[in-house]
Amino acid sequence: MTISPCSAELPGTLGEAMPFLCEGAVITLQSTLGGSLLAIAIALLVGLMAMSGHAWVRGVARVYMEFFRGTSVLVQLFWIFYAMPILTGFQLDKSFAGILALGLNLGAYGSEVVRGAVQSVPQGQREAAIALNFSPYHRMRYVILPQAFVGMIPPMNNLLIELLKATSLLSVITVADLTYQGRLLVNSGSDQLIVFALLLLIYFLFSYLITLIMRFVEGRAARMVGRGGPGSGRRKDRRWSRRPVSPAETPSVEGAR
Amino acid sequence: MATEASTRNDSSVRTDPQWMIRFDKVVKRFGDLTVLRELDFHVRPGERVTLIGPSGSGKTTILRLLMTLERVTSGTIEVDGQCLSHMRRGGELLPADERHLRQIRKKIGMVFQQFNLFPNMNVLRNITEAPVRSLGVPREQAEEKARELLEMVGLADKALEHPSRLSGGQQQRVAIARALAMEPEVLLLDEVTSALDPELVSGVQDLLRDIAHRGDLTLLCVTHEMRFAKDISDRVLMFDQGQIVEDGPPEQIFSAPTHQRTREFLQAVLNA
Repeated sequence: MTISPCSAELPGTLGEAMPFLCEGAVITLQSTLGGSLLAIAIALLVGLMAMSGHAWVRGVARVYMEFFRGTSVLVQLFWIFYAMPILTGFQLDKSFAGILALGLNLGAYGSEVVRGAVQSVPQGQREAAIALNFSPYHRMRYVILPQAFVGMIPPMNNLLIELLKATSLLSVITVADLTYQGRLLVNSGSDQLIVFALLLLIYFLFSYLITLIMRFVEGRAARMVGRGGPGSGRRKDRRWSRRPVSPAETPSVEGAR
Repeated sequence: MATEASTRNDSSVRTDPQWMIRFDKVVKRFGDLTVLRELDFHVRPGERVTLIGPSGSGKTTILRLLMTLERVTSGTIEVDGQCLSHMRRGGELLPADERHLRQIRKKIGMVFQQFNLFPNMNVLRNITEAPVRSLGVPREQAEEKARELLEMVGLADKALEHPSRLSGGQQQRVAIARALAMEPEVLLLDEVTSALDPELVSGVQDLLRDIAHRGDLTLLCVTHEMRFAKDISDRVLMFDQGQIVEDGPPEQIFSAPTHQRTREFLQAVLNA
């Protein structure tokens, strides 16, 4: 299955559904990309704030994390899109409101990922950086973060997939995403089974695409700190996903840790 | 703590060229555990001091306090006349801030038991990164210096290797080169051969012996290798339960210890 048949002539339901679904898919991708960038930026910022030496900075980060994790994306979306204009008189564009809600929400989860990864860098690295008289900024920028980065990627992968799936909520504020287009097709008489099957498939392909990208990034980052890539079990000679692994060998990936 | 230090007044910031390191009634507690009890000792510039004693006697804590990785509970530590925990600003005595600490750290280098090389940099960058970032040395100049240091530690051909591809002994020698690249006046050695395979120990010790007998580096060394201690130091401090029980030249401490605890300790270590 390719995405190109947008304009191709396909028989029956597929033929009428694909152009709409492709349009929706583009919106879904845009929302995912925008939301991801915002979420990652917030995750880094708030995650680092949560480890600040100043109690009030940590407090702000804490409140942010707890608030945005503790309330639903949907309700946050309603607030940003419907309630904010009433309170402030300022109406956001709906796709921007969607990206904002997703970024704020997943960014809160992401900040815990960043904090966890930074704190998992061995204490000795921080101490060596202090002994070499790095400034606090340089310690973080050149010693800690590059090492923490590898550990952030697998949980970030999960979050980005969550974010992708949460874009379907944007249909509620009439953003014409994949889900919205699918519902529209069904309401206007297209075959439900086919349309919903296509939705499943397209969401899955997108989420798999995210996983592939993140694995690639993780492999690069891991090599930069002298470790193997995803699933390498810390053994440099074990390339991930390339070599067929016999069933007898599989447990040793976990066992090697 | 602040009030305590201010009643102790000006002596804590006085410049006294006679001492490179001064511990004055230093107490360090971790929770209920008292690691150092009112510890006093002084080290002259260029003096090479080895700290020995049973584990848990506070030796490593002394190095960590000097490196500002820990803070004293009370008392004062001075390095080259500058107090570690407090600073003078406009006639007032204030708790040390990051800038003050970085000023002091300039004088001190440390080599760790676990090497702690940065895995996200190759060997050369491990050595050049700190001079470039924290001293503002131009990169080419830092690299030239780093290659000289690698030559000195016998690893000239490993400049572009990743640290994880080196043996423990080689990693520790890189860590030594890395510390020396910052041109410290005081070098702290924290059980630098304890994590090494036995056959790699002597290489690192030989290197440190050379470094100790060259230059005018003030050396503070924590070790369990008594022969090494004898070779590199001109003074040995025997610690027990957070206090110094014996202080003297290595010949005397190792051949004619006066204190019962020292005798027991040496007996235990030498028979191990």
